[in-house]
Amino acid sequence: MNQVKQNPPAAVPVMDAEAIRRALRRIAHEIIERNPQLEKVVLAGIPSRGVELARRIAGFIREIGKIDIETGVIDVAMHRDDVGTRPELPMVRASKLPLPLEERTVIIVDDVFYTGRTVRAAMDAINSFGRPARVQLAVLIDRGHRELPIRPDYIGKNLPTASREQIQVRLQETDKAADAVWLEKQ
Amino acid sequence: MQCGWKNNEPQMTARWTRKDLLGLRDLSADEINFVLETADAFKQVGTREIKKVPALRGKTLVNFFVEPSTRTRTSFELAAFRLSADVINISATASSLTKGETLKDTARNLEALHADILVLRHSSAGAPQFLADRLKASVINAGDGAHEHPTQALLDLYTIRERRGKIAGLRVAIIGDILFSRVARSNIFGLLKLGAQVTLVGPSTLVPREFEKLGVEVSYKIDDVLPKADVVNLLRIQHERQRREYFPGLGEYIRLFGLTKERAKHLKPDCLIMHPGPINRGVEIDSDVADGLQSVILDQVTNGLAVRMAVLYLCGGIAT
Repeated sequence: MNQVKQNPPAAVPVMDAEAIRRALRRIAHEIIERNPQLEKVVLAGIPSRGVELARRIAGFIREIGKIDIETGVIDVAMHRDDVGTRPELPMVRASKLPLPLEERTVIIVDDVFYTGRTVRAAMDAINSFGRPARVQLAVLIDRGHRELPIRPDYIGKNLPTASREQIQVRLQETDKAADAVWLEKQ
Repeated sequence: MQCGWKNNEPQMTARWTRKDLLGLRDLSADEINFVLETADAFKQVGTREIKKVPALRGKTLVNFFVEPSTRTRTSFELAAFRLSADVINISATASSLTKGETLKDTARNLEALHADILVLRHSSAGAPQFLADRLKASVINAGDGAHEHPTQALLDLYTIRERRGKIAGLRVAIIGDILFSRVARSNIFGLLKLGAQVTLVGPSTLVPREFEKLGVEVSYKIDDVLPKADVVNLLRIQHERQRREYFPGLGEYIRLFGLTKERAKHLKPDCLIMHPGPINRGVEIDSDVADGLQSVILDQVTNGLAVRMAVLYLCGGIAT
């Protein structure tokens, strides 16, 4: 409890608020460039930080492209492949996607891209709602160490890491602390 | 409890760590709310194009009902199907219990089949606890004697919360055969933990003053209680059990405690009418009242599925 909002020892700052803002703005530009039919795009965030990142990217798209695109929430807990292996379970949240998904482009948004297992679960979850025309992936940080053949379409920052290192992302809205990304050495 | 920026889920402080659900008496308010929130997520699965998630794929659930039940058993069964678990149903008559096998031996046999989740209904209070202490499998109490029926109370709480937006501060009247009711007991524990005021109503033989020790009110005058209630939960009079010694007859019960059309006029317009089923139309509740606008009896059935999915996911989903 008393460690709240303190930086851990041996943590290296990677991005500050301005760097995060620029990265998300660039992702918004790339989404506009690559999707001529922007009105068909849905930004689906993975709780909880992915949802906030999707909201911010939608804000930049509104500013740059003068269009309101839809956002959604895609909860992956029910679709994970490690059920029964954890001693405690986090909260499952309801997914919210604009339906039907047919002929739409769903862009999955997450904070840190690591093994790829969360994104695989997210793709499964999306399929249970319908069959989108295409699914893309936007992440703030790609830290490497993929365990599945999945790669992001939009990357805020590539950050090569050792597997024992940890990436910590905090956002004002979800963590009640100033935007920042840290690399924590174990 | 966790807190701080290293937490992956900063908004939510609680975590689920139980393999068994035996009763609501053991659960904290946080844990009860955790199940209700999880049920919200699972309720939404029923609206998807594919109403099935792989959460418990590869797990085996045994529905072991030593006492007969149709709705609870099928609700658990459908919940398990929607979570992709495999299900075996065993009833008392089909099991070797009738051949003299002890509960423990039956359970050991189920374990030898590598059952992961055991849903147990039993006429003896404490049977689920007995097995939970001895088995690696998750044990879910689907009703044990007159002790507890936790998933029924959870779905009642869920239904109240869904309709009224909260539970704290509401006045809930539970009416009928309280003494023999596991539904009443689990509801009392859950409602009090979440801050509701509970009044028990029924004949003094079925609602002894003893219950006041739990922190509830006891009343023998339904007409005093109904106008103030935000929720009325009617329990089934188990007349098939021939409890003649507890009240003189159905006619007198209806006259003194039945929710008749006439009585229902004195309810607040937004008062919810609940019943765990099966209903005895014309006994504890008039047919028209059971089908009226204030009745949420069918919502309870729908929500039961979501709540049981949540319970199976949580208890069956953790490492044991």
